Amino acid sequence: MGIGDPLGMASTHALASGMGGMRTAGDLVARMQITRGMRLTQAKEYVAGKLGCSLRDLADPVAMHDIRGELGLGRIPVQDLTYADEPGGLEAKFHIADVLGVPINSVQRFRRRAGIDA
Amino acid sequence: MERRIATRLGDGSFIELTRSEIEADLVAGSELGAKRSKAPVLGDDDIGHLLDIFASEAKFSAVDLGHEVVLSFDGCGNADAGTPVSDLIVYQNHHGADSVELWHHDYSYKAVKTVLSFETQAMKDAQMMVVAPLNYGAMPDLGRYSMPDGPVPNWSELLPLGRIDEARASQVEAGLHATHDMVHVAGAMLEAGADGLDFDTSGAAGDGDLLATLNAVRQIRAAWPDAGIEVGMAGECVLGMHGELEFEGRRLAGMWPKDQLAAATAAGATIFGPAVNVNTTRSVAWNVARACTVVKPCTEVATIPIHMNAGMGVGGVPMSAYPPTDATARVSRALVDILKLDGL
Repeated sequence: MGIGDPLGMASTHALASGMGGMRTAGDLVARMQITRGMRLTQAKEYVAGKLGCSLRDLADPVAMHDIRGELGLGRIPVQDLTYADEPGGLEAKFHIADVLGVPINSVQRFRRRAGIDA
Repeated sequence: MERRIATRLGDGSFIELTRSEIEADLVAGSELGAKRSKAPVLGDDDIGHLLDIFASEAKFSAVDLGHEVVLSFDGCGNADAGTPVSDLIVYQNHHGADSVELWHHDYSYKAVKTVLSFETQAMKDAQMMVVAPLNYGAMPDLGRYSMPDGPVPNWSELLPLGRIDEARASQVEAGLHATHDMVHVAGAMLEAGADGLDFDTSGAAGDGDLLATLNAVRQIRAAWPDAGIEVGMAGECVLGMHGELEFEGRRLAGMWPKDQLAAATAAGATIFGPAVNVNTTRSVAWNVARACTVVKPCTEVATIPIHMNAGMGVGGVPMSAYPPTDATARVSRALVDILKLDGL
């Protein structure tokens, strides 16, 4: 989908038909589509299986808030709810790669350049 | 006398139609789409569901719970929020983006090549902070390779002069340059940590533009097996600016979404984005019915995810700088419900 006016395009599509991104498991399902070419149903079932949750949980921010916290998959800071002591950014992607069982390019390159696998 | 319902034209302006008039628009849009693309018209169930969506007077419309799809948010890393990288964070944190995309304001792989060092550094920096899949996107933009902006003779000047062979040769030569640039940028971006590449508005300059893209996709897939590759189209039918170009034995000119999908899949894409442009003088309902009819044969046979283009002026979303949310929401729901999309 294209972008332009953030409210008229991005936010509206997100509310009308989107999974919710990092508020839910949208980014995880997207990752299976992008890296493995999985169609939507297959990608949702794969991610739900890896997370040990229901398909409905995948687009539920209440359920996913806890699941993401438990597995270290990154959570969105909102006002005083911050997560400075939890995995975030690239740190969270290390856990996502492990949980989903897929290589993440930025994680692999960080490992090599930081000498973690040396 | 039938009640009149507020709805929109393809330019975003309000009009009032009766329920019967909206239904007639849906049928007419589907029939035109079917006639042009040789696809079946939408069935009664689909027309009925679209009618319920577009005859509703609600301010908003949405898919049922559990039917949510992945939104790729192509082109979200602009500088509205200060810098491209901060914009990516905003889209991830505040707009519910399932994936995000870094891009340069001169949205062309040829242009990006000249500022590649800056763009790759931005990609690397962004990857440290962004959790959602982060792609790099630009247009194949074959026209940039023709004179006076590029190195090869301008086929748009040669064709009206009847110099057909020269026009075709120049497109082939331009395609070689374009493929080289796309693969060059892709390699640098993947080295910087990109999750994937987006080839946006592929085929904008016709069949030569699409062939250059497919050749680039094939090379990228061979070199980087895990890279995400999204091929998004410029329009519903591939223009035959060359007319004889083929990919894997199939003529590209005149391809509609189903065949475009087959070509993109064969090249190695992991996501395909069909595009149907909006007629601004017809209703949004008419445009959506036409778009659904043209794209439905594609989603029915896909083996990779279909993320239909639904930006401003595409897929039924009004051609307006500030698309009305009532219209965008109806289009978003209608496309997902009727086409069983994997994403937008």
